[in-house]
Amino acid sequence: MPDELIVNGASHPLPQDPRVTLLDFLRHDLGLTGTKKGCDHGQCGACTVIVNGLRINSCLTLAAMHAGHEVTTIEGLGIADEPSALQRAFVEHDGFQCGYCTPGQICSATAMLAEIANQWPSDASESLEGPIEVSGDEIRERMSGNLCRCGAYANIVAAIRDVAALEGIA
Amino acid sequence: MTVHVKQDKPATDNRLDTMRQNVIGKPVSRIEGLAKVTGTAPYAAEYPVEGCAEGVLVTATITRGSVVRIDAQSALGMPGVIAVIDDERLTTRPAQGTANEAPQQKPRTVCYWGQPIALVVAETFEQARDAAQQLVVEYQPEDDVAVSAEATDAEEQDDETVRMGNLDKAMSDAAHSVDCTYTTKGHASAAMEPHAAIAQWDGERLTVHASLQMLNYNITELSDALDLPESRIRLISRYVGGGFGSKLGVSEEVVAASLAALQLDRPVRVVMSRQQVFEGIMRRSETTQRLRLACDSDGRLTGFGHEALVSNLPGEGFAEPVLQSSHFLYPGENRELVLKLSRVHRMTAGSVRAPGEAVGMPALEAAMDILAERAGIDPVELRLRNIPDKDPEQGLPFSSHKLAECLRQGAEAFGWDGGARKPRMRREGEWWIGTGMASAARVHNVGEARARVTLKADGTALVETDMTDIGTGTYTIVAQIAGEMLGLRPEQVLVDLGDTNHPRGPGSGGSWGASSTGSAVYVACMAIREALAERLGIDETGLVLADAKAGNGTLLTELLRGQDMVREGHYKPGSISDDYLASGFGAFFSEVRVNHFTGETRVNRMLGAFGFGRVLNAKTARSQCLGGITWSIGMALTEALEFDPRDGHLVNRDLAEYHVPVHRDVPDLDVVLVEERDAAASLIQAKGIGELGMCGGAAAIANAIYNACGARVFDYPMTPDRVLAAMPE
Amino acid sequence: MRPFQYQRAHSIADASTIAALPGAMLIAGGTNLLDMMKLQVATPSQLGDIGHIGLEGIQDLPDGGLRMGALATNTATAVHPRVRADYPLLARAILAGATQQLRNKATNGGNLCQRTRCYYFMNVDQPCNKREPGSGCGAIGGVNKLHAVLGTSDQCIATYPGDMAVALSALGAVVAIAGPNGGERTVALRDFHCLPGDTPWRDNVLEAGEVIVAITLPPPVEATQLYRKVRERSSYAFALVSIAAVISIEDGRFARADLAFGGLAHKPWHDPRIAEALVGQAPSPELFDHAADLLLEGAEGHGDNDFKIPLARRTLHAVLAEAVEKAA
Repeated sequence: MPDELIVNGASHPLPQDPRVTLLDFLRHDLGLTGTKKGCDHGQCGACTVIVNGLRINSCLTLAAMHAGHEVTTIEGLGIADEPSALQRAFVEHDGFQCGYCTPGQICSATAMLAEIANQWPSDASESLEGPIEVSGDEIRERMSGNLCRCGAYANIVAAIRDVAALEGIA
Repeated sequence: MTVHVKQDKPATDNRLDTMRQNVIGKPVSRIEGLAKVTGTAPYAAEYPVEGCAEGVLVTATITRGSVVRIDAQSALGMPGVIAVIDDERLTTRPAQGTANEAPQQKPRTVCYWGQPIALVVAETFEQARDAAQQLVVEYQPEDDVAVSAEATDAEEQDDETVRMGNLDKAMSDAAHSVDCTYTTKGHASAAMEPHAAIAQWDGERLTVHASLQMLNYNITELSDALDLPESRIRLISRYVGGGFGSKLGVSEEVVAASLAALQLDRPVRVVMSRQQVFEGIMRRSETTQRLRLACDSDGRLTGFGHEALVSNLPGEGFAEPVLQSSHFLYPGENRELVLKLSRVHRMTAGSVRAPGEAVGMPALEAAMDILAERAGIDPVELRLRNIPDKDPEQGLPFSSHKLAECLRQGAEAFGWDGGARKPRMRREGEWWIGTGMASAARVHNVGEARARVTLKADGTALVETDMTDIGTGTYTIVAQIAGEMLGLRPEQVLVDLGDTNHPRGPGSGGSWGASSTGSAVYVACMAIREALAERLGIDETGLVLADAKAGNGTLLTELLRGQDMVREGHYKPGSISDDYLASGFGAFFSEVRVNHFTGETRVNRMLGAFGFGRVLNAKTARSQCLGGITWSIGMALTEALEFDPRDGHLVNRDLAEYHVPVHRDVPDLDVVLVEERDAAASLIQAKGIGELGMCGGAAAIANAIYNACGARVFDYPMTPDRVLAAMPE
Repeated sequence: MRPFQYQRAHSIADASTIAALPGAMLIAGGTNLLDMMKLQVATPSQLGDIGHIGLEGIQDLPDGGLRMGALATNTATAVHPRVRADYPLLARAILAGATQQLRNKATNGGNLCQRTRCYYFMNVDQPCNKREPGSGCGAIGGVNKLHAVLGTSDQCIATYPGDMAVALSALGAVVAIAGPNGGERTVALRDFHCLPGDTPWRDNVLEAGEVIVAITLPPPVEATQLYRKVRERSSYAFALVSIAAVISIEDGRFARADLAFGGLAHKPWHDPRIAEALVGQAPSPELFDHAADLLLEGAEGHGDNDFKIPLARRTLHAVLAEAVEKAA
């Protein structure tokens, strides 16, 4: 097993201290501060990153547990000159205010659209099987792991709906 | 060159409306938006600093007493530990908003559970956190410490007390009356970015990156705490991950990081844990509120009583100003308004978004709903019949008053049915469905502010001020004001905020930042316009600036002749503050569903209509309103700080158990912006909007709960247990 | 976090060996353990990462049942075609818990070992007999809205916080456990978690060196399956009360009524008398009340959580009515 992990395509050696969480590894060791620490206990979603295609709370996992894994952070989704569709839509719809939960919201939404495309049901789904309609309630349930204290939820949902339509998801 | 303007008269000239760039008020996307969505906007803890040590606060595990001994060796022997800082200058509470002096220091005196008492500094965060948790501290606790508001004698806040006429008589003579008592639980700001600071000392000057709302006050507070002159301190808060009052005053980690940096002569970062933010920053006080409303047979108020009990730590001057808008929202010649403060050893009470109205209005507006029912008058109509033509207590004129328009436009947009109202008229499966409404009011504040505007030789502009953008949209509205005045697109205006090296203003708090600093930017821009007009040989009023040129086609770059033009605007509210009562007004409408079996309440839809003077940016203003409505939902249904009845410690000190609304709690929301120009509110005819959206909204939900299922709940938040207890069979 | 030695287990035997070491704990998803380690509620000196020992599989059993690996994530379990088709109750319960981010990491085995959310347990500066035997129970006489009304003791009134295990209880699942000497034993899910009694530190029957390897489900039955979770927030909140129900009706009478309850006790609550009382009877509000009487016999509130007693009764009515309607 390789003792390194891959972040936004680049390999990095694992930290010496096994206590270092994936979140602190990204923020501190790699300087990728786009991933935010809001609670450090998996209760706010600001630290959401995508690991091997799945969104997780990077605060509740050790970097050492991810040897060989591929991690995508907000910095890997798009840059100011070339933002992703969701990043653009968040700006257009004002899907944030202070901006602190925003990278987590966008990482989460990016993975969420793939989950819907894969027909993974949610607590809000009428049926456990079949295609999922990208309704407001579906988006809201699926995004409920990402708190926004400024209260930009309504605009975040609008931004996600736009991109879902654009990408032809359900 | 500094231009001073003191505003003694309403700014009825509405000069912004005569400008031609056509960007003011427009729904311009945030100019810092791309930085935020790509994760490149740096927040306080995120500056790369060579050799930065990590500090973690140690907090008290007794309610009251003293720290007898801190066994520094217990931590110093651990790997990577550099120091245990237990300096007398450490602060033990955050400063209250606008305190302008250090808060309580002397950390060995413990006044509440969770109070910071020391800082452990280590090479890495994990080392520091572990050592902070392992640090051995000996206490001498005191017994019999009051931790609940009911257990102590409350002090009447004389400056809040109003007694006019005879309320008891008005109540007994009334055609209809209400006498009821509401409670609200404490609230946490719970800004998503925990409080954080990086302090650097170069031997001469201390530079601190911190997450603060009001730098001009904070630098004084920090200077006072450290006993270091302000001239040797620089505070920087370019991006603030939410404030909501919790970052008004200098907080404990800022002082701790600074003391550590001074002592160790190396940079130190201190980030509070989420639990420490909950325990050691501000709580909104819980409240108990008695409402007495008396009206005649037409529903006109003859008596108005609002008494509130709140709490705070001994030594704190802040008492949640519950009655703030009750003083003027409704008439009633017989009045009794009393605010009482009890002293308890719970964490500090202070400002949380919309202090006062956030809890006062939901109680008042729920009582108004009962009065409407008793009088047999539609609740919208009852409010329309009770709009005073002047401040009912001091007789001051209102600077502007849009409550009636908000009620009417909101009712229409929501589809409010003004017909007879009775609970339990609509059921879908297990769910009762009902509607409710409430008025909104929030006092408007404006303060002295300075801003420097540089019209650059290259035809772009730079605006510099210490004003912060805590998510409110300051960057963008400042660019819009300057752009409108100088004929530039917002993206041609570089806005540099959050640095005490810049001209100072009041900062973000009490919704006063935009109108105060906006007015200072306006003053500076006006001075630049005058200079440009002079060069063109015309009167300023005849100067047209748009698309980086003057009306006669001369490019700004030509007019500038290769030189920057710099003006500092200094705005000071003069007698407008004394001559008028200024407030934002609005109305909320909501539809909820209540589960008959479980008492769970969910909001189906909600609308707010708000009048707050000039809308500076229709997009960010709407977002502020959406945020306020979202907070209304939290206050109505889920948010409650719970304190242990024995030692007063905050029990639910995290985001799993303190229930900030999640996405699924918040349905589609509508906002109606009721346009107006409030000339007596500020030079730019704007009022505050950051807080109005949560001043009463919870009552629209409470009233809808009653309309849905017949449960009159008198305690916020209206959690399933409380709704079920009030649910008729 | 206290310092610990981190090692990766490469097999079940490895995991078992590490788990038997003094001060050792195993980490799978880590979503609960790291939460506790940061607060020093859990302070392992050795941490055995079992993320690579190959227990992610979910396989059909010859009898028509399903064996779900201990390390299959909650998400993988909830979206598994067999779970969705044959055990929708389990999928619903998983989806009602936590968030997608947490479910993507949390494992089935870890979920069973999830510890209580009691505020006093999670605060090392407060008394808690579960965390520090003999220190007292802060929740008794303190804030106890989350707490248990059934099966409590004067030592502990904590609740088991999960959703998944409540569904597993109603479905009659069995936990497969590998022992330190290579053996494997099975324990009915209903017997896996303990009541606090005078050993509140003991959440479940796992012994030192034992490792959960799988959860097995019996063959599916023709029945209506429902999971109802009552909570303050509409998502991302622990249950005040939850009910898992497997209900079938034949000839207008209950033919099956397997019920389990969350939020009420230190374990997913299952009372066999409820099924006995319901089966063979025609649904009626009086019968539902009788079932609630049995459920709540001996229920005792501690102040803030008194409401759970009427809430459980009302929710049971709602669930039975809904199940009967759907089963008809």
